[in-house]
Amino acid sequence: MTALQHVKLGTYYVVHLPEPDDFDFWRERARSLVQCDVPPDRIAWVEPSGSGDLFAHGERRMPVPPMDARPVRANRRFVSLAKNAILHSDPERFALLYRLLWRLQSNPRMMEDKADLDVRRVEELDKNVRRDSHKMHAFVRFRLVESPNDSGGEEAGEHYVAWFEPEHHILRANAGFFMRRFSNMRWSILTPRGSLHWDGETMAEGPPAERHDAPGGDPMEDLWRTYYASIFNPARLKIGAMLKEMPKKYWKNMPEASLIPDLIAGAQGREASMVEKGKSVFSGEFEERPDTLAAIDKAIHACRKCPIGALDNTAVMGEGPQDAALMIVGEQPGDNEDLAGRPFVGPAGQLLDVHLEKAGIDRRAAYLTNAVKHFKYVQRGKRRLHQNPGAKEIDICRWWIESERAIVQPKLVLAMGASAARGLLGKTVSISKVRGTPIPLEDGSELWVTAHPSYLLRLEGPAREEQARLFDADLAAVKARLAELAG
Amino acid sequence: MAQQTILQKLEILADAAKYDASCASSGTAKKNSLGGKGIGSTEGMGICHAYAPDGRCISLLKILLTNHCVFDCHYCVNRKSSNVARARFTPQEVVDLTLAFYRRNYIEGLFLSSGIVKNSNHTMEQIVEVARILREEHDFRGYIHLKTIPEADAEIVHQAGLYADRVSINVELPTDSGLTRLAPDKDARQIEGAMGKVKADLAEAKDAHKRFKHAPRFAPAGQSTQMIVGADAATDADIVGKASRLYDNFRLRRVYYSAFSPIPDASAVLPLKRPPLIREHRLYQSDWLMRFYGYKPAEVMQATEADGNLPLDIDPKLAWALKFREQFPVDVNRSTKEQLLRVPGLGVKAVGKILASRRHRALRLDDVALLTQSITKVRPFICTVDWRPVMLTDRADLRSLLAPKAEQLELFAA
Ligand code: SF4
Repeated sequence: MTALQHVKLGTYYVVHLPEPDDFDFWRERARSLVQCDVPPDRIAWVEPSGSGDLFAHGERRMPVPPMDARPVRANRRFVSLAKNAILHSDPERFALLYRLLWRLQSNPRMMEDKADLDVRRVEELDKNVRRDSHKMHAFVRFRLVESPNDSGGEEAGEHYVAWFEPEHHILRANAGFFMRRFSNMRWSILTPRGSLHWDGETMAEGPPAERHDAPGGDPMEDLWRTYYASIFNPARLKIGAMLKEMPKKYWKNMPEASLIPDLIAGAQGREASMVEKGKSVFSGEFEERPDTLAAIDKAIHACRKCPIGALDNTAVMGEGPQDAALMIVGEQPGDNEDLAGRPFVGPAGQLLDVHLEKAGIDRRAAYLTNAVKHFKYVQRGKRRLHQNPGAKEIDICRWWIESERAIVQPKLVLAMGASAARGLLGKTVSISKVRGTPIPLEDGSELWVTAHPSYLLRLEGPAREEQARLFDADLAAVKARLAELAG
Repeated sequence: MAQQTILQKLEILADAAKYDASCASSGTAKKNSLGGKGIGSTEGMGICHAYAPDGRCISLLKILLTNHCVFDCHYCVNRKSSNVARARFTPQEVVDLTLAFYRRNYIEGLFLSSGIVKNSNHTMEQIVEVARILREEHDFRGYIHLKTIPEADAEIVHQAGLYADRVSINVELPTDSGLTRLAPDKDARQIEGAMGKVKADLAEAKDAHKRFKHAPRFAPAGQSTQMIVGADAATDADIVGKASRLYDNFRLRRVYYSAFSPIPDASAVLPLKRPPLIREHRLYQSDWLMRFYGYKPAEVMQATEADGNLPLDIDPKLAWALKFREQFPVDVNRSTKEQLLRVPGLGVKAVGKILASRRHRALRLDDVALLTQSITKVRPFICTVDWRPVMLTDRADLRSLLAPKAEQLELFAA
């Protein structure tokens, strides 16, 4: 743009702006026009490449305000709005701002009147421009290009280039943001409205660019796309919310956006498979707890939720009165129990009987069951060797022991061994630390933890005597506590 | 196991982080890279660099250092007994990834969390090490949010605050009994103790900063927390109560809610069905009411229904207004700001505009319509020079008149 023309045609003035975003120039002209008392409808504001032909006759200088002209009044709110609104691509913006400035002279508080149409319009322009700037901060995507005169220094030679298509004349106004953020990086932002180049020390402005001037890809984009796809939770699809903040018009320059259609299309399937994978431990019947012991019995026989259930074995249901005050929980059925289909019938069960009797606890009045319902073993020739259930298997089977507890509602639960304790607590505890003191359970009952009788079976000599004594002591405490609770 | 590539690790460790609701990168001290050796800036407002199809903003590189974990929390996909694929980044790998993404303007910074490996102190040290390399070796001035491990020594957690813009400690569940049941390795008192310590550190650093210009900054964006909604039986009233106690006791910047989402390989003690996402949204709305609209926690609780939960079909502000109809209509030309803020459909901005404009003219219904999003929602609760809602606030079917159509419910951004 060469010399600026201010043309007065009859009573009309034409102001040619040198740049579409030149606020200072507009302010300068607007100020003298107000001081010369030129009403808004007598001025045409023409931006570069805009059409000014309508008034293209003759030329006159801008009117010169009289020496004693009153200073032009504009409050801070107006100035900050105007600075930003002038970046809008609406050709009417200069006239609108002038009209507001003109009206402000007689009504200095007009900017507060949010129901005024001019005020509303300029606020809208400001908002659009702020949004466009914000989206530029967010959606510019730099790509790394090798520098032609790269002397081998790794980061020193790097040059990052972005292609962006702003809606308004915001490029120059946002140079500072990118400079402050990427101070020690060499970068360029190319747009159809002009370009910016920062070399780490100075900012240079360049001519408008085209999309093919910018590089087409970057090796990091694969990682970024992987991140984008992985951080998305398909169980929460909300496309409207995404589109509102990231309108489609920006997508074509964002490497991750190409994934969106497939992510959306696959979301339902992914959610279903998340639930399905979750279900491999549950199944339909797990959603409702069975409400009778017979129903539990039936369900555990069909249960294959953990690998133990898939072995050649039979589920073993708990046994005892449905209103038992005491529930005794072991680890899992052994070989004998599996064959008999009843809990605690093998050597450990027989040892338990001895100790219960010694403590004066009536086995028939208690409900006996196991933390895990199926027998876990490895086959060695003809023998089935007992194996401890894993934490995960215990946690899965916990559903059943909880279902039994919900029906029997014991006042006191005695867990024998760490597996049994885990089945009730959901975490692994150390027996030596917790034995002898009750642990309150959520339903108001209390949990006592002791060793498993099979542990005693594996010991010999004084060690066994010692453990048997501790076991007896635990049983005695349980007996006393039961009496108290019954009291 | 064959060596995993960075891409494979990223896939696993970003996937594992997707259940965390917090992502914000706002409210920290202004800083930029001018005059430094590195890159990065924060200018107060956080920037969302992308949106995922779940409507959530992507502002930070949100990943776990590792998803190996010695803990066994039932709601967590990374718990010890879970069968998911595992991966582990080195601190340097996280640093490189953060810088590479930042240089390309994909992110505002890093949000780093981790499963607990070896023990809490070791894990916390690794997390801090990532931040140290970024800040000290690369002079990185972008945003860093570190998740701290409550069981770790206070000294290491303190270090985290010196490098990070924000630190957070998850309370995990709204009730202590829920925590005991679902996170058997965690301890409510320990979590709150850690929050209290961070609060004290924040206060001390703020005080020092007032007196000495160069006192080290400590988590200028403050601390936040997250709780999981819908994994236990806690009601919205419980949750709101818990959140408000946390705000009061620990001066948290934010409490995030994360609707329990079905996770692969779920634990048997969890409900299989997810709670409706709208519930999470209602909780955020109630959070706004307390933070920006002057509602007391007890008032939000008054908006709940008999079961202790906020209604799902209408927002909590409308629910409150319908219960306290005698407070309406509010005269837009005469009422106080506090009263105007109670009107369903009037946001903080609209109230500001009304207060400014009514100094210039007596507002008519059409004027108010210009200043609000939807006059239909507002109309039954206000009067203007030319409008008075006769009887409308007494209509029994007001709720159904005002409740949005069902299909609109899911169209919100969390
Ligand atoms: S051990 Fe328990 S969870 Fe596993 S299949 Fe048997 S009943 Fe089901």
